[in-house]
Amino acid sequence: MIAGNGDHRRIVITGVGLTAPNGNSLAEFRESLLAGRSGVKNYEIRYVGATHAGVCAFDELRHQKKKEVRRGTRAGSVGIYCANEAVRDSGLDWENVDKSQVGIYVGVTEHGNVETENEIFSLQGFDYDTKFWSHHHNPRTVANNPAGEISLNLGITGPHYTIGAACAAGNAGLIQGAQMLLLGECDVALAGGVSESIHTFGIFASFKSQGALAKHEDPAKASRPFDRGRNGIVVAEGGCIYVLERMSDAAARGAKIYGELVGHAMNSDASDFVLPNSERQAQCVRTALRRAGLEPEDIDIVSTHATGTTSGDAQESAALREVFQGGLKTRFNNAKSFIGHAMGAAGSLELAGNLLAFEDRMCHATINVDDLDPECAVPGLVINEPEPLGEVNTILNNSFGMLGINSVVIIKRV
Amino acid sequence: MIAAEIRNEILDILSDIVPDEDLSQLDDSLPFREQIELDSMDFLDIVMELRKRHRIQIPEDDYVELNTMAGTVRYLEPLMKDIRPS
Repeated sequence: MIAGNGDHRRIVITGVGLTAPNGNSLAEFRESLLAGRSGVKNYEIRYVGATHAGVCAFDELRHQKKKEVRRGTRAGSVGIYCANEAVRDSGLDWENVDKSQVGIYVGVTEHGNVETENEIFSLQGFDYDTKFWSHHHNPRTVANNPAGEISLNLGITGPHYTIGAACAAGNAGLIQGAQMLLLGECDVALAGGVSESIHTFGIFASFKSQGALAKHEDPAKASRPFDRGRNGIVVAEGGCIYVLERMSDAAARGAKIYGELVGHAMNSDASDFVLPNSERQAQCVRTALRRAGLEPEDIDIVSTHATGTTSGDAQESAALREVFQGGLKTRFNNAKSFIGHAMGAAGSLELAGNLLAFEDRMCHATINVDDLDPECAVPGLVINEPEPLGEVNTILNNSFGMLGINSVVIIKRV
Repeated sequence: MIAAEIRNEILDILSDIVPDEDLSQLDDSLPFREQIELDSMDFLDIVMELRKRHRIQIPEDDYVELNTMAGTVRYLEPLMKDIRPS
């Protein structure tokens, strides 16, 4: 249990940096979600051809030189942008922060596919002669790359690594950061998740072969979780990095506090490579609630994981109906309907999309629900239009992934 | 390619590798690394680009010849004399 053991045992969010397909800051992202603005566009990628994707338009050169962008990876650039924006937002006196006490914990669904595909594509032009294979391949594809690029860019000498957790990675990064703070491994944690997945054709082609790649004549309507007409996932890129601190440290410096991480859980389905398991998902939600010392009816907003697949949305809906039992208070929404599935960034981005509800008391919607699938009819689902709530004190964020990995975090208003 | 064309080709390669640098004031007689931010991975990029663009294979023992612009042009002249500028 994280909550209630003294302020040095309480973990709070003091900074947020993000890039999403419909916003490059927390405020922009929130505004887009409340305005119903999609970030999904038509998109072309080699071999697969025309498809849809959530594409980010942040300024890479805001925090990197051109040479650094060229040498590194897109995931690295996403991470660097988010980390710098988070540090700036936190109000930390960065010049005087002991960089050896800062840890970097970045969730990724996958890493290295983009760079490997690019090299093989290039090598094809040289008749597959490996003396034309880039010396940059290894530093670009090592699994710690996005976190390592953040460390290089910000001069952070504390621990850095990525957390490979499929599409639960955004939450997993956040949880890892909190745990490292509790263990005293660092005093400031930069934690969250990133995704460069729209630049690998393999992820699109694999979803397509699986019958799980979304298609719609209007790209803004392609990502449609819970709708009867849903036909798969829209792949997105993006990132969200949080500055996490112990409450005692945050309070001592008078930091702005977005919320407290009061509960978390991770578990495994142990049942299938790709199909979700509602029983294990429900168990994961219950564990997080128990650790937070909360009951289902205490939760104001549940940010669902639903990706727009036939099976996945129905399974999560079943898990949520079972845990929340149609309670009158709790509202449910979904950010993927706006931006697609940002893979390793999804968990942290989707939480961020709800964080400002503590201030504006609005629950953003899940859009593109023209014909609600009865199997996805969760009482309290906020459909198509945002809903004003009297008060928002708690947000529960679901994030699940392939190989049966489930994660839940609960954030409480401070 | 003649010497001036080889020099232009190297400048073109460098403008990709170190895009933040001003190459207009480069002194051909001084080591690259004293004038621009060029580390060992960047240097390997020069070697790789020459290999990709012109199929020129430079043995590792000869890397020292590519320390300055003047040395690089001098080293490449016999290797690139039959290459037509694009």
